[in-house]
Amino acid sequence: MPAVSKGDGMRGLAVFISDIRNCKSKEAEIKRINKELANIRSKFKGDKALDGYSKKKYVCKLLFIFLLGHDIDFGHMEAVNLLSSNKYTEKQIGYLFISVLVNSNSELIRLINNAIKNDLSSRNPTFMCLALHCIANVGSREMAEAFAGEIPRILVAGDTMDSVKQSAALCLLRLYKTSPDLVLMGEWTSRVVHLLNDQHMGVVTAAISLITCLSQKNPDEFKTCVSLAVSRLSRIVSSASTDLQDYTYYFVPAPWLSCKLLRLLQCYPPPEDGAVKGRLVECLETILNKAQEPPKSKKVQHSNAKNAILFEAIALIIHYDSEPNLLVRACNQLGQFLQHRETNLRYLALESMCTLASSEFSHEAVKTHIETVINALKTERDVSVRQRAADLLYAMCDRSNAKQIVAEMLSYLETADYSIREEMVLKVAILAEKYAVDYSWYVDTILNLIRIAGDYVSEEVWYRVIQIVINRDDVQGYAAKTVFEALQAPACHENMVKVGGYILGEFGNLIAGDPRSSPLVQFNLLHSKFHLCSVPTRALLLSAYIKFINLFPETKTTIQEVLRCDSQIRNSDVELQQRAVEYLKLSSIASTDVLATVLEEMPPFPERESSILAKLKKKKGPGAVSNELEEGKREGGELNGAGERPGDSSSTPSPSADLLGLRSAAPVSAAPPSAGSLLVDVFSEAGPAAPAASVNDDGFLRFVCKNNGVLFENQLLQIGIKSEYRQNLGRMYLFYGNKTSVQFVSFTTTLNVQLKPVDPLVEGGAQVQQVINIECITDFSEAPILNIKFRYGGALQNLSLKLPVTINKFFQPTEMASNDFFQRWKQLSQPQQEAQKIFKANHAMDTEVIKAKLLGLGTALLDKVDPNPENFVCAGVIQTKSQQVGCLLRLEPNAQAQMYRLTLRSSKDTVSKRLCDLLAEQF
Amino acid sequence: MIKAILIFNNHGKPRLSKFYEHYTEDTEQQIIRETFHLVSKRDENVCNFLEGGMLIGGSDNKLIYRHYATLYFVFCVDSSESELGILDLIQVFVETLDKCFENVCELDLIFHVDKVHNILAEMVMGGMVLETNMNEIITQVDAQNKMEKSETFIFQSPRQDR
Repeated sequence: MPAVSKGDGMRGLAVFISDIRNCKSKEAEIKRINKELANIRSKFKGDKALDGYSKKKYVCKLLFIFLLGHDIDFGHMEAVNLLSSNKYTEKQIGYLFISVLVNSNSELIRLINNAIKNDLSSRNPTFMCLALHCIANVGSREMAEAFAGEIPRILVAGDTMDSVKQSAALCLLRLYKTSPDLVLMGEWTSRVVHLLNDQHMGVVTAAISLITCLSQKNPDEFKTCVSLAVSRLSRIVSSASTDLQDYTYYFVPAPWLSCKLLRLLQCYPPPEDGAVKGRLVECLETILNKAQEPPKSKKVQHSNAKNAILFEAIALIIHYDSEPNLLVRACNQLGQFLQHRETNLRYLALESMCTLASSEFSHEAVKTHIETVINALKTERDVSVRQRAADLLYAMCDRSNAKQIVAEMLSYLETADYSIREEMVLKVAILAEKYAVDYSWYVDTILNLIRIAGDYVSEEVWYRVIQIVINRDDVQGYAAKTVFEALQAPACHENMVKVGGYILGEFGNLIAGDPRSSPLVQFNLLHSKFHLCSVPTRALLLSAYIKFINLFPETKTTIQEVLRCDSQIRNSDVELQQRAVEYLKLSSIASTDVLATVLEEMPPFPERESSILAKLKKKKGPGAVSNELEEGKREGGELNGAGERPGDSSSTPSPSADLLGLRSAAPVSAAPPSAGSLLVDVFSEAGPAAPAASVNDDGFLRFVCKNNGVLFENQLLQIGIKSEYRQNLGRMYLFYGNKTSVQFVSFTTTLNVQLKPVDPLVEGGAQVQQVINIECITDFSEAPILNIKFRYGGALQNLSLKLPVTINKFFQPTEMASNDFFQRWKQLSQPQQEAQKIFKANHAMDTEVIKAKLLGLGTALLDKVDPNPENFVCAGVIQTKSQQVGCLLRLEPNAQAQMYRLTLRSSKDTVSKRLCDLLAEQF
Repeated sequence: MIKAILIFNNHGKPRLSKFYEHYTEDTEQQIIRETFHLVSKRDENVCNFLEGGMLIGGSDNKLIYRHYATLYFVFCVDSSESELGILDLIQVFVETLDKCFENVCELDLIFHVDKVHNILAEMVMGGMVLETNMNEIITQVDAQNKMEKSETFIFQSPRQDR
């Protein structure tokens, strides 16, 4: 008999669903849904109390509408009411609605918790399961607070029904994941672990998920689970397929549970107890043996289940990485799967082999499959599988097969799917560098990479090839020759032009002896690409040209002519124009010696982890990313700075470079240790500029009543502010002054709102400026936080400042007469519209100073309004984009008591409050 | 952990969506669309696993799916689950539905969303597997139906029911 007979159910619901299905258009569907929503809403709101059946029907309709992708913003209360019904059907539909539609932040949680509490104590297993399900589905902190104590008790109690135990285990797991601090296992630990021995396989199935999660977090407390898991596994593996009856799935005994047991064991190292270990090895061998036996069924489900266990066993063998015998067997098994006709198995085999390749015992064994894997890369129909094949090739690569693998990957790149090209490019670049025996092969590979997949070659990759060429003089001549040849192609990728420009600019002289690549030929070749390139590449080429002038004086006139032409010297792009002007000037006024110094060959880059590797790690997801990567990223950033202006080779700021306004963007970390940098180290040791993690708001309050001044100052840095405001708009100029004689590098500022980047270098004694445009959208109390980071000497400096943007900056002064003022004052008489403070004077009570401050606030100071001439009254309107807020202010000084009373009234309570708080600190 | 279980038809119409992590309604709909887009463009007879879409966590998650006649059953899981194990689980789910509805078809899922949710709830709870034994699952569902039947008599006759 079918468990759900088709005749019953709710007719109204069926009719509604049919209506929707018959709708011819999206519009008609929406119309029908809106009609139904209105109907349900009116039914819920109606006076007539709905019976449980109707409520159930309407809630079902809402669920259906929700599934179609429409927001449901009512019905929650009705669902909660259903929970307290004592009819199963109503309760059940109530819980269903809540688990689908209520999220953990809902205000209804308290009501739901009450219903759950009742059901948990009802001792009706069905109700208890519903309640436990609901907790597991919503899993909010409030629920954890309410039930984290109760659920372990239900889980381990002797008289709890099996089905309830199962639910309790997973419910507890969910609470542990959301609020681990609230789930105290202590006294329950051993009884929970012993659930692995429970007679009911369903209980073990549920409990093992809980135990696995707890073991990952507290391995020591749960380590007794290892021997229990091994014996459970052993009993399953050695059982005949009929022993476990219902848990036998297509002739495989308890496959799901076996997988989970093998996963649990992967949380621990191999068992120390010899007997346990022996038993486990026996299990693993049995599983490997079974794979070779003829299948008990031809159904795919049978082999699926069998192989699921096999793959987990192999994963465990790889995890232990200590049994060479098992490792080799595992590798052979995977090798068989590599040629299996089931795509799923090929996929999984490639994936498992990836981890196997990193084991020293099996690396060689994995390598024997290289031809199969290469073949998979070429012939698999499924991109997911090809990607795994590429991963495996990457993992099995070493010095012996690098050339073959890189060549195969390169040729695959020509036809690779777009989605994986970038990753492939990174992998090829890394392998080429890692296993390069001769660097000419490396240069060839990278240039090929650019030729084949130029669009996917990220900056990191071409920066890296330049770094390596600069650092190795044995490859420089070859590199120059090769890029020169590559540039001969009529259409070459812009990245090729960049690499070519850079390398010829540095090492073009090494091939200039050959008349086919004479200086002028080189220059003409580069310049023929110039007009097709983007601005950054053109900038790079201009720098290459000035380097040419230094390398080959005979090209000077030709190049000067190019620089002098209007399209360079009057280029609308300021960077290009500046370079053209400066280089032209430099080449015409500097003596050969100066020129040779300024345009000297780039110094070697410091050896460091490849930034490409960091990038790949990043692509591979945050799990693999450690602090190391952060380091790599930052260095990558510095390299960027170097890459953009390759012409400026002055590694120490020389006077002539400064004279020309060339920002020395050479990698500062690459500067040879000089007396200067030693000095810096001494300073930074002794210096006061400890990383300021907390927000500094010393200067903040001083700017409430003024717009210009010094916001922050320490021994290193001074920050000045100039700001102007009109209506709801403002503009703030920030001036960062370097008080030392050494430059700040990697100077960045971030605001918790958007900010244009500031020049990353601040020269010693120099000042850079940053402009912030401000628009007041609505009233606010929190000031934006400006975060400043830079490197001074070796030390990273970190500074957080509250920017003095306060609500009063958007005041428009309003002049008004006495009558008007008091009329409005009375209009704003609701208690929340007023804010008042009585406070002691912090400064001398000088009338003129007070007046100046009130004017600085931005309001109009109203004369002859207050009957008491000692008092000050002001009026103004705060302009925000969304609204205008009128404000009135009264300040009453009491000279005898040295006290003030400050009263603010405005049409918005938050504005009154904020202004009052700000002003109370000013007098 | 299972992050989400989605069923949609060949045209991308969702027939069941169950998320075990919280997303806004809007994101949930986008995830369904994205997943449909990823899965539906794949040929038959390719492998049943692929990396998850961006919205549901990218390559940290896998989509494991099976295509039955007009319906796609997609489980989005993290790396702690066995791929083949999940395929078996999908099979158990479908076989269970088949037993409960007697030759299940898309229409059954449309008209009995609540039942499908209940059956699923007997298998998966909070993203973890509760029970894999089909007979056990069906016993539970049967018991629920019995309770429902016994209560139906109390309800008013569903005749002028709109």
